[in-house]
Amino acid sequence: MSDITAGTLRVQSSVREVSFWDRLRTNREWLGFWFMLPAAGFLLLFLAYPLGLGIWMSFTDARIGRSGSFIGLENYEWLLDDRSFVNATLFTITYTVVASVFKFAIGLYLAILLNRYIPFRAIVRAVILIPFIVPTVLSAIAFWWIFDPQFSIISWSLRKLGLMTGNIDFLGVPLHAQASVIFANIWRGVPFIAITLLAGLQTVPPSLYEAATLDGASPWQMFRHITYPLLTPIIAVVMTFSVLFTFTDFQLIWALTRGGPVNATHLMATLSYQRGILGGRLGEGAAIATAMVPFLLAAIMISWFGLQRRKWQHGGRDD
Amino acid sequence: MTKAAAIADRGAEAGTDVAQALIAPAKQTVAMEDHVEGMAYLDTLPKRVVTTYIPLALIMIVLLFPFYWMVLTAIKPDEQLLDLDRYNPFFVTAPTFKHIYKLLFETAYPRWLWNTMFISVAATALSLFASVLAAYAITRIRYRGASYVGAAIFLAYLVPPSILFIPLSTVIHQYGLFDSVFALILVYPTILIPFSTWLLMGYFKSIPYELEECALIDGASRWQIMTKIILPLAVPGLISASIFALTLCWNEFIYALTFISSTTNKTVPVAIVNEFVDGDIYRWGSLMAGALVGSLPLVVLYSFFVEHYVAAMTGAVKE
Repeated sequence: MSDITAGTLRVQSSVREVSFWDRLRTNREWLGFWFMLPAAGFLLLFLAYPLGLGIWMSFTDARIGRSGSFIGLENYEWLLDDRSFVNATLFTITYTVVASVFKFAIGLYLAILLNRYIPFRAIVRAVILIPFIVPTVLSAIAFWWIFDPQFSIISWSLRKLGLMTGNIDFLGVPLHAQASVIFANIWRGVPFIAITLLAGLQTVPPSLYEAATLDGASPWQMFRHITYPLLTPIIAVVMTFSVLFTFTDFQLIWALTRGGPVNATHLMATLSYQRGILGGRLGEGAAIATAMVPFLLAAIMISWFGLQRRKWQHGGRDD
Repeated sequence: MTKAAAIADRGAEAGTDVAQALIAPAKQTVAMEDHVEGMAYLDTLPKRVVTTYIPLALIMIVLLFPFYWMVLTAIKPDEQLLDLDRYNPFFVTAPTFKHIYKLLFETAYPRWLWNTMFISVAATALSLFASVLAAYAITRIRYRGASYVGAAIFLAYLVPPSILFIPLSTVIHQYGLFDSVFALILVYPTILIPFSTWLLMGYFKSIPYELEECALIDGASRWQIMTKIILPLAVPGLISASIFALTLCWNEFIYALTFISSTTNKTVPVAIVNEFVDGDIYRWGSLMAGALVGSLPLVVLYSFFVEHYVAAMTGAVKE
């Protein structure tokens, strides 16, 4: 540095001091701050703050138009004794498990079918996704009409085929209603799972199957030892999303049954809406909503440990 | 092909390896590339029919039937709709546009459609702006803790609206936004930002650093780099993110149901569920017409951008 001291005088005149304003404009941390500001603003104001507020509200007796006072765990104690809450929780779990299992099985099967050589493959794939594009409520309305007690097309077809004489009351009997909403949920969820798993299937090199065929592997062995292991990471992510969104489902139930008949199809989300918004007991509604969090965390944790397997699958170490 | 041509244009001065790196993300977006026939030629036609075509056809019929039913009901005259003995319900003779006409000219449906579009477009624009900045900052400015912020945004993706709507409704009341479309425009970005930030981060990561370094040496500011280099190269990502965001907004139900009370401010899904259910035995025609007209814009949009849509779906899951 000392050998250029002769030049410093000249340089000093052209380089001005780094001002605070320059720092705000070019410093890495400050730039990052400015760029993050809009997104962080939205997420903090309308996501993080309500999330905390919701947990707080579940410990209060807030009602619409009145901010409540702290009552500790009273809401939760009250809910544990409440038959309809317990039933809603049990049905939410059943709904999620049954629908997810079927969605996964049918979705995977459909993905494997779509990965084969079929004519008009691009069009078939595009068409398969339509149930996912159309807003859930609008397709639920179509299902409502299909499940109509009097004019149901399913009842009509079965009657004409001579399989039964009366009509099926799809949404009027608890067990039928539960099966119907689960069916509608499976119908809506299969395309998403099929198309995302198909994207995973397409990354499996065909040469593996060729090698397995030469070694005399059966189709089941090829699925079990090639397709399934290579697909595990994407299955973990897709199924986490599917389970999360099924567990917190609201619109399908609200459009089809609104929780009826006799509260048989209430999910935790719909019960929370009914108690919190329609009934005006915000605290209790918030408690029902907060009660979903442990289940969601459990689902995320399971997926997290599923994802960890990625490392060894890509040749890394499994530590 | 057009993308490759554009790259050849740009790549003239940047060098071939940069162009190579640019082609890689283009390949990624077209994840649904067709494989060659593979070993399928070994299967005989009857075997293919039984193991592939028939199951695929069955699944497609089940997936598409509700839409066929929706369209059919929307154009069926009332007497055919309710008289299942004289008319075969699977077909229609003398279709009518009465229901659609009634919907568009005698109800507030155009207003609801307009609300839905306005809210979706505004919320998508806001979230895209915020996500581009955030994704750029996380992947390229890399301020301290950027990776943790990225993880936090992914977690925000997993927070479902059903546990937020009760506390959010009190927040909306506090901000004086209740029953205003702006409540939805400001709240929807909390669903869209995590998803589109995550998607755009993937796209930005695939753009080579060298381009940015050149620009920095030439004296470009971060803002200029982003608008003149990164964004033009990330156009497929931007399209994917905005189309998917638009669909999510259109589909959103629980916030719209909770925050909007007056008829004129409702969105299509909420209005269909609340305004058309009046016990009228002849409501089915207009109900189905409403569901059909409400889904059609999305399906048309989807048909133009199938590949982008699929890229958005799989991209958000893959990372």
